[in-house]
Amino acid sequence: MESILYHVQGFMYPNEVELQWSILIVLYPFITGLVAGAFILASLERVFNVEAVKPTYRLALLTALAFMLVAPLPLQLHLGHPERSLEMYLTPHTSSAMAMFGFVYLWYLMVVLVLEIWLDYRKDIVLQARATTGWTRKLYRAMALWSDNISERSLEIDDKVGRFITIVGIPSAFLLHGYVGFIFGSIKANPWWSTPLMPIVFLFSAIVSGIVLVMLMYMVVSWVRRTPIDMRCLDTIGRYFMYAFIIDFSLEMLDLIHRIYEADESFKSLNFMVHTKLYTSQVIIQIVMGTVVPIGILALIQLVKLSDAARKSLYALAGGLAMMGIFAMRWNVVIGGQLFSKSLLGYTTYKMAFATREGLLATVILLTLPFVILWVLVKLLPPWPEKVGAQPD
Amino acid sequence: MASDRREFLKTTGTFLILTGAASLAWDQILAGEPEKAPNYNMADHWWAMAIDIEKCIGCGNCVRACKAENGVLLEPFYFRTWVERYHVPEGELEHPQVDSPDGGYDGFPEKYRHGDGSKNFFVPKLCNHCAHSPCVQVCPVGATFESPDGVVLVDKSYCLGCRYCVQACPYGCRYIDPRTSTVDKCSLCYHRITRGLTTACCETCPTGARMLGDLKDPLDPIHEFLRTHKVQVLKPQMATGSKTYYNGLDGSVR
Amino acid sequence: MNARFKDKEHLIRMGALFVGAFVLFLILRAVFVPKGFGAYGHYRAGALADNRDHALVFAGRRACEDCHSDVALVRKGSKHERIACEACHGAQSAHASADDPAAAKPKLPDAKTLCLVCHQDNVAKPKGFPQVNPKEHGDGGPCTSCHKPHHPEVS
Repeated sequence: MESILYHVQGFMYPNEVELQWSILIVLYPFITGLVAGAFILASLERVFNVEAVKPTYRLALLTALAFMLVAPLPLQLHLGHPERSLEMYLTPHTSSAMAMFGFVYLWYLMVVLVLEIWLDYRKDIVLQARATTGWTRKLYRAMALWSDNISERSLEIDDKVGRFITIVGIPSAFLLHGYVGFIFGSIKANPWWSTPLMPIVFLFSAIVSGIVLVMLMYMVVSWVRRTPIDMRCLDTIGRYFMYAFIIDFSLEMLDLIHRIYEADESFKSLNFMVHTKLYTSQVIIQIVMGTVVPIGILALIQLVKLSDAARKSLYALAGGLAMMGIFAMRWNVVIGGQLFSKSLLGYTTYKMAFATREGLLATVILLTLPFVILWVLVKLLPPWPEKVGAQPD
Repeated sequence: MASDRREFLKTTGTFLILTGAASLAWDQILAGEPEKAPNYNMADHWWAMAIDIEKCIGCGNCVRACKAENGVLLEPFYFRTWVERYHVPEGELEHPQVDSPDGGYDGFPEKYRHGDGSKNFFVPKLCNHCAHSPCVQVCPVGATFESPDGVVLVDKSYCLGCRYCVQACPYGCRYIDPRTSTVDKCSLCYHRITRGLTTACCETCPTGARMLGDLKDPLDPIHEFLRTHKVQVLKPQMATGSKTYYNGLDGSVR
Repeated sequence: MNARFKDKEHLIRMGALFVGAFVLFLILRAVFVPKGFGAYGHYRAGALADNRDHALVFAGRRACEDCHSDVALVRKGSKHERIACEACHGAQSAHASADDPAAAKPKLPDAKTLCLVCHQDNVAKPKGFPQVNPKEHGDGGPCTSCHKPHHPEVS
């Protein structure tokens, strides 16, 4: 621990030298962002009747659920007393964004995701219950809540209720990730975080990351199953990817320009930080490679006629870069916000461990876990008519 | 160095004596029921702290006393109170050089020369016990709160260790105690002030730079202090309702 | 009646699941929320007592003056009068509350080290405060050869 002191530049309040929030807290908004974004893509089809993206509908929902289940884990690992975390539900402090977020999360998980998936899949669940035996049958029967009714009328009702839930789900998804942004944006003590734009910036970058995730998964899964990619679907997703990214980029640039122009008391300290400690992660990775280049690629696809194969490769490239850029954005907000002193007179350093509770290894495991869960979900609830649905590793 | 060893022995020795002292004093404390501290009515008090920068000599008594009284870890990171030294070169109000070697625990080795046109002074810092505390606002479970007598306290058996309050404090006065994995900070020596004593830092301050004040007591000298000095709080633009009032706070102080 | 609900029955079952979960939540609340929570504000009332329940390490100057009134008399009128005893002598709760105070007698601090903590000259100390450069002040001997700590003025 003493070694961090060596890397302190300038002056920091003594208690600030060690970072409070680690890479796990970078991971958490990244994961909830993927959930919100994947859901919004799914909603496009259901609510706005964007037929083209229908092939990804069920996959997007299952993806959202898999990541949603993993979302609390980085928080639990980070807490000093995870065994007390139930207190947030039992005695929530209503003035605390973190406490109220617990309920937003629960609402979204149970009412929006679980209900919507259940209603969309109910017919398949009941059919599976009828067609299987033994423990598998027991499982499907339980998932159907021991109901065997899949009459026309009941499915019509399911569809209507499902539609309503999706409509409610869209503002809920906005609330879910907007709230995470608010958790940072409402901290007046930290000038890097404190801006009303924070919830909106978080939300739009979440939408981008979710769209990209579903798009990449669709491409990979199609490749594994050797089914052709619906190019109309992919091109439509690509367009939404671009629109969302342009809005996101504009918002982030607005924040930057505003800071540079107003140049308030925090500007000097933050500017120095961006030019030194945060240069690689913010300017190079987030802005240039993670935002400008993918937007450029997507714009190119709109302007120049390219072959299917070329477009697929470019979408994959743009998607990969965007994901990297959005993860970098979370890093720059969370870690960046703690690298400078609130005295605005100094800087510290973040020493990321590897095999500890809050280290890099835990992060990698937590990022892999949703795919494992998704594999199980796809096995249980295949998104496609044929029951061949294995997830790549 | 030989003085390092002497320091270590002195510290360890003090620690051992204090542990013995604590167990002996415990008998005294157990005299009254903890719930009803004898003769102390919370509604009669509204605690604040007054600090006179023109009197602070950077001796570090307060830092040492606080660590001893409250059993704060002696590692170089964690302080319930600390002292900062400001060196403000001429014309550089916005770029002071500040240092706080081990929080001021061992005083301040000389670093500057007279007559270079600069302004130099010490600033003791501690929890400001804000009346509209942002740390209390963000706690998700109610593990930190402002007591009815104006002291911002921590409930260590309830704290989750989420660190949101540490992020929300503009003054950097909170930290996570690795022994309990909960947050810790200046408690205004609540266990002393509710027994009619003063805080450990005020007790040992040789110049009276630190003064505990009870704003509800009409006879308390803090009223006179606030009236006759040009007082400021730290970061007034944050509107935290800080109850730590500084006299002689220079514009360069962060 | 059954026929009307037949096609909605699965929704009613799901609804019942949610109601059950909510009831479970209420039960958990009743069981796990600590007693006294919310009595004074959004916190556990017992936390106030927890914060009061710490042993004293410093006794406070009144405890010293109770027995050492002679020293208090010596200090009257001196520049050191306002300084608390424990500021120099260290925390003395053990000594003050011991059955046999003599057994827990505080160790006399080394004058030179102690005096310099306050009086070593330093650019950041207030101008009016008495500070010396130990190399230039006096003849290199202990401070106590000229200054009595309880009444340091040299006449």
